[in-house]
Amino acid sequence: MTAITLGKGVNMGLRAAMERDPKVIVMGEDVGKLGGVFRITDGLQKDFGEDRVIDTPLSESGILGTAVGLAMRGYRPVCEIQFDGFVYPAYDQIVSQVAKFHFRSRGLVKMPIVIRIPFGGGIGAVEHHSESPEAYFSHTAGLKVVACSNPVDAYWMIQQAIEADDPIVFFEPKRRYWEKAELDESAAPTGLFTSRVVKEGSDLTVLAYGPMVKTALEAAIAAQEEGKSLEVIDLRTLSPLDLEPVFTSVRKTGRLVVVHEAPLSLGLGSELSARISEVCFYSLEAPVLRVTGFDTPYPPSRIEEEYLPDLDRVLDAVDRSLAY
Amino acid sequence: MTDAAFGPDLGEVFGPHQRDGGPELIQLLTPEGERVEHPDFAFDLDDEHILGFYRDLVMTRRIDTEATALQRQGELGIWASLLGQEAAQVGSGRAMREQDFAFPTYREHGVAWCRGIDPLHLLGLFRGVDQGGWDPIADGFSLYTIVIGAQTLHATGYAMGMQRDGVVGTGDPERDAAVIAYFGDGATSQGDVNEAFIWASVFNAPVVFFCQNNQWAISEPIERQTRIPLYQRALGFGFPGLRVDGNDVLAVHAVTQAALQRAREGSGPTFVEAYTYRMGAHTTSDDPTKYRVTEELEHWKLKDPIERVKAYLSRSGVADEDYYADVEREAEELAAHLRKGCLELPDPSPLDIFDQVYEEITPELEAQRGQFAEYLSSFDEAHASEAGARS
Repeated sequence: MTAITLGKGVNMGLRAAMERDPKVIVMGEDVGKLGGVFRITDGLQKDFGEDRVIDTPLSESGILGTAVGLAMRGYRPVCEIQFDGFVYPAYDQIVSQVAKFHFRSRGLVKMPIVIRIPFGGGIGAVEHHSESPEAYFSHTAGLKVVACSNPVDAYWMIQQAIEADDPIVFFEPKRRYWEKAELDESAAPTGLFTSRVVKEGSDLTVLAYGPMVKTALEAAIAAQEEGKSLEVIDLRTLSPLDLEPVFTSVRKTGRLVVVHEAPLSLGLGSELSARISEVCFYSLEAPVLRVTGFDTPYPPSRIEEEYLPDLDRVLDAVDRSLAY
Repeated sequence: MTDAAFGPDLGEVFGPHQRDGGPELIQLLTPEGERVEHPDFAFDLDDEHILGFYRDLVMTRRIDTEATALQRQGELGIWASLLGQEAAQVGSGRAMREQDFAFPTYREHGVAWCRGIDPLHLLGLFRGVDQGGWDPIADGFSLYTIVIGAQTLHATGYAMGMQRDGVVGTGDPERDAAVIAYFGDGATSQGDVNEAFIWASVFNAPVVFFCQNNQWAISEPIERQTRIPLYQRALGFGFPGLRVDGNDVLAVHAVTQAALQRAREGSGPTFVEAYTYRMGAHTTSDDPTKYRVTEELEHWKLKDPIERVKAYLSRSGVADEDYYADVEREAEELAAHLRKGCLELPDPSPLDIFDQVYEEITPELEAQRGQFAEYLSSFDEAHASEAGARS
């Protein structure tokens, strides 16, 4: 057992995948000599060479467009988008090409591409560096979308994503890159497209993913002191959704609060709320509540602590739900 | 500082005299069917090959004529005609080797023909029964790409894959491979195309950027896309650019063959501007009379890519009337195949759409499929019970 950071977990996972399969290549801006702006690809170019760890031109559409061609040639590109807000120049290639090629070719062409995106705020960055664009991709047929929340998942999920034959958008909670946990490499990993109860409770369910899982867990500890028992679920897979663990939990607690950093309207929380209301209608003691960012652009960083959902805002929603 | 410090007047390098391609145009067969010499490029295959090209050109035009007719009869939703661009496509398509790979737009019916794809498969997309009925990997011909210019990046990535596979610059003609990316003059304004140029250049990727400058992007003339001849842009990206007479199948073949060979040898990308003209509408939904003059069309009719080959073959005695009759008969058979085959193309089942979204279908999608299947079959039951009640 060794303690690793979330960033190191992705790094180790990439390394393991590259060792296992020579067709895995890493490409992105500054991923080579520098090891990426967050050092997630640190040391990979040195060990696997410039043909497999490619410092690309500053051209996001180019990264994804060439990844399509490389995938057609039998490669498994892992593309790093440097920051969430820089993915939009690649949006057309992702949505119109990467996502649809398998469908258009009746399954004859596979697109085993992983698109790594550090996402979310909380690091005091300038604009376009703190966004949560997951809903755009979760809405797109042909893509699968996952978000890791901790170092152990980061290590396993990146490997599972690379092994999958479908294109996967892989969200990494950048403000949690330095969080630590013990990694047992001999332990069997959880399946990639599964949600997981990370803390059991009986009064209310909190559903979160990525950076908000830690926030939800902190809220659960604080609520405990007030005698409220919260169950916390890490969604992990945003598309497809794995909602059976959530249904089971909500049938038990009768109450659900969904938490994400992304803006409220038509965010993941909207879909989650609809699904759970449809399936758990007679179990719900209160409407599904959402704690999210606001329907504004991401604010200047001096006020991001107010903008981002935090422990207090989660507890506020918990109180409102319990008061129903 | 004088005006001269800013270089030549752009009006001098891009003006009315460019109508016929300007002095840089590489030509080996004139519109009158005369073979001419060029200092750098020669067509070095025999007359048998030119007979083959003639057949390809006629068959390609026949595919186009037949598909246009099928659209007019309501059998295709739309068709993108290649009329006038047959030589650009056949000349370049026949320069490819088996191991090369092409990334087309949605108009490369002639290249598909050269790749050995049954033209019937081209109709599926336009009839609305599929989105490309061939096997892109096996045929070395990607799916038609409708988002303008996107395929040039795919081509560059595929070429980068070839580099990594060790099939570039080995000196083995059976092994060395290259990619050809097709696009039009309008696409040169797209970011993706410019990004592809940069990537191919800095990675020295084995790709030929084959631009069919047919002078029109739906209703917008070339002047709305560029202030300099397109082939001259290549230099700014760091690789050679050439302008070839796109209606001269011999010159297109010679230039493309040289550019592909250069790529296969590991010398990097080349931009080939095939200077041609879209004789028809953008698609069957378009009406070019609203934006261009008949005089222009008449001017280009004199440069017809098939007539000049026929003139050469006849004058040199390589082909006689029997040969033309044979080709015509074969074209008739192809047309009949298309007419019959088009009507027999099976419609997809509504439930098929769920099955090929992913390599590994998701439980959610399986559930949607199940619900939709149940909904659809409820009509059968309703119909059955209605029929039962009536009897």
